[in-house]
Amino acid sequence: MRPARMLTALAAATLALAACGSEGSSSGSGDDNTLTITANAISGGKNAATADWTKNWLIPKFQEAQKAKGRNVQVTFQPNGVDDEQYKTKIALDLKSKAGADIIDLDGIWVGEFAQAGYIKPLNEAAGPEVDKWEGWSQIPEAVQGLGAFEDKKYGLPQGTDGRVLFYNKKLFAKAGLPADWQPKSWQEIIDAGTALKKAGVPTPLQIDAGTAMGEATTMQGALPLLVGTGSEIFADGKWAGGSQAVKDVLGFYRQIFTAGLAEPRLQQEAKGRDKSFQQFADGKIGVLAEGDYFWRSVIEPKAGVAPMQDREDTVGYALIPAKQPGAGVRGQDFVSMSGGAVRVLNPNSKNPKLAWELLAFMHSAEATKEGLIGEARITSRTDVNDEVLKDNPMLDFVAQKVLPITSYRPGLAVYPQVSVALQEATADIVSGKSVEEAAAAYDKKVADLVGPENVTR
Amino acid sequence: MSTDAAGLGRGRAVGFMVPALVLIGVFLVFPALWTIYLGLTDFRLTGLAAADPKFVGAENYTAALGDERFHTSLWLTVQFVLGSAVIGQAGLGFAIAWALRDRSGPVRRVVEGLVLLAWILPSSVVAFLWIALLDGDQGTLNALLRTDGFAWLLDHPMASIVLFNTWRGTAFSMMLYGAALESVPPSHLETARLAGASAFQQLRDVVFPRIRGHMLTNLLLISLWTFNDFTAFQLTAGGPEGRSEILPVYIYNVALNGGKLGFGAAVSFLVLLINLVLALVYLRLLRGRRGVAA
Repeated sequence: MRPARMLTALAAATLALAACGSEGSSSGSGDDNTLTITANAISGGKNAATADWTKNWLIPKFQEAQKAKGRNVQVTFQPNGVDDEQYKTKIALDLKSKAGADIIDLDGIWVGEFAQAGYIKPLNEAAGPEVDKWEGWSQIPEAVQGLGAFEDKKYGLPQGTDGRVLFYNKKLFAKAGLPADWQPKSWQEIIDAGTALKKAGVPTPLQIDAGTAMGEATTMQGALPLLVGTGSEIFADGKWAGGSQAVKDVLGFYRQIFTAGLAEPRLQQEAKGRDKSFQQFADGKIGVLAEGDYFWRSVIEPKAGVAPMQDREDTVGYALIPAKQPGAGVRGQDFVSMSGGAVRVLNPNSKNPKLAWELLAFMHSAEATKEGLIGEARITSRTDVNDEVLKDNPMLDFVAQKVLPITSYRPGLAVYPQVSVALQEATADIVSGKSVEEAAAAYDKKVADLVGPENVTR
Repeated sequence: MSTDAAGLGRGRAVGFMVPALVLIGVFLVFPALWTIYLGLTDFRLTGLAAADPKFVGAENYTAALGDERFHTSLWLTVQFVLGSAVIGQAGLGFAIAWALRDRSGPVRRVVEGLVLLAWILPSSVVAFLWIALLDGDQGTLNALLRTDGFAWLLDHPMASIVLFNTWRGTAFSMMLYGAALESVPPSHLETARLAGASAFQQLRDVVFPRIRGHMLTNLLLISLWTFNDFTAFQLTAGGPEGRSEILPVYIYNVALNGGKLGFGAAVSFLVLLINLVLALVYLRLLRGRRGVAA
């Protein structure tokens, strides 16, 4: 009697649960037309403009368009607002367990390792031949398409690209007797400006990302732009840069600014140091900060930024990152930069791959791309859109006209993120007071372990 | 005397045991064996080794044992367990239980309530509050002490998390000792007092011998919990530069953030061994006590 009653109760409970579970997913006509989009973006926080665009414009528009075709489609947005490394771990675990959103936002540099792991598939394998017929391909320049490609296969649709510059606070510069249209021509001129700012009482004259807490930001905003400024690249002619003179020069620059008290070691060590550096720049406590144009359009943006500056247009200046000395940069350049960009990929485990591709293509249509720029102007992947919108935005026009022609890209190889971590650790050694020789030697050993000693240049 | 006190018989006794054994097998023994296996491969979170892990023998284990970061992490964990569990939680817990032993009324209820509250709040909420307390730029503690800009979590990361974990986990020790102290007959304490014993002598000769079993059980549990506690991650993430990277945080950082799942599994297995040794030592001590008592 007892066991029977218990079984009945259990069965009832299971049924009730199952009913709850299926209620949310199957809507209307019975066939399962649900899609999920995820990105490291969240309303009121990180990349808020992207999150708002997805929720308020993209999803209603897409559902409407599908309804016109007689299909009842349910799209949901899964927001995130965390550090890029944590987001990457989460997505990797999602894909590893064959779960996760149908359309996933990735940093282009992760495409290689995700593809090698079998987590993502080339778009035309995931969704079929209609991918190759998409109208948008002709609008995306080859170099930008490369952001979503690995071993000549297209895994993701690029959203756009960016460039790194030096942002500076003109009010603090005026206080230190520095020009409002500052453009340093060598590393020494950055240090000179830092020294002048320090004398004028600016708490943190320079912020060049360093250390491991900042993750890839350290490599992308600090170590790599400096490295190309010595004329060397992290990966060239099939070999990785070891503890070479160029790497030592980069570490030497870091050491100089930290030992001279021109930069704040703690900002590099704190778990939330990067966010804090943004806030301090907005509060007028940092003189010069090296960042991508992301900083301009998403951090200090007066309305939706995470550290908004109402007087951004008047107060914040931007300058090209100089090579070590004029002409010492990569390809003999006087100025250098680094670029990257986010891509969107299809989850190969999607239950509706065709529909997911339709949504992805819609997200990258000229109309959607233009709409996405309303909250957050940026350099998109589409030439037709860029031609139309960039002329109204001096900062982005500066990046498109002056920075992109001289920029460099990271190698899209699966081992790159590990080399990047080794480079971050080398800068962390400098921040905590180790010598250039020590830090370079430790870095050299790590890189040799990762890629094999025969693939390292010294 | 019959050994089958419940009168179940062998068959039914086995029947009662099977569900528990199956659970232990599925959720404890199998994962442990799986961890050993993963530790023998170069399994990674992403890249080629994620799709097709290769057998690398004991390489991960030897690499871990020779890794300076592992040694540092182990030593920090020892400090963390000794500082926050053995001295902090057990010491403070006993002190509170002793001070409140014959009190009742609002004082006792308020103190117990506050200590318990620290224990039952969700860890993410608590971590957030402590960051607000200790933050260098706008932290509450700096505002109170007028030491603006003093970055507690950066300059004293270990001391911060030891203090945090003491605050967080004292409730368990307090309750356990509170119950244990009730088993000390008041007449014994009375007699000791009349014989002129000081407070320290009363503790040493009357109280401790009586509650030794409770103390060992408590130490066993809180040491193991603390050894494997991850909450500190939410305060410092193991930083700065690994100066508060206790073993669970170390494993998370190398296995998930660094993507080295095989290496992480090897370290996890080493931690499992350390836990077993720790448990064995305590159990041996407990058994020794019972042997004397009998």
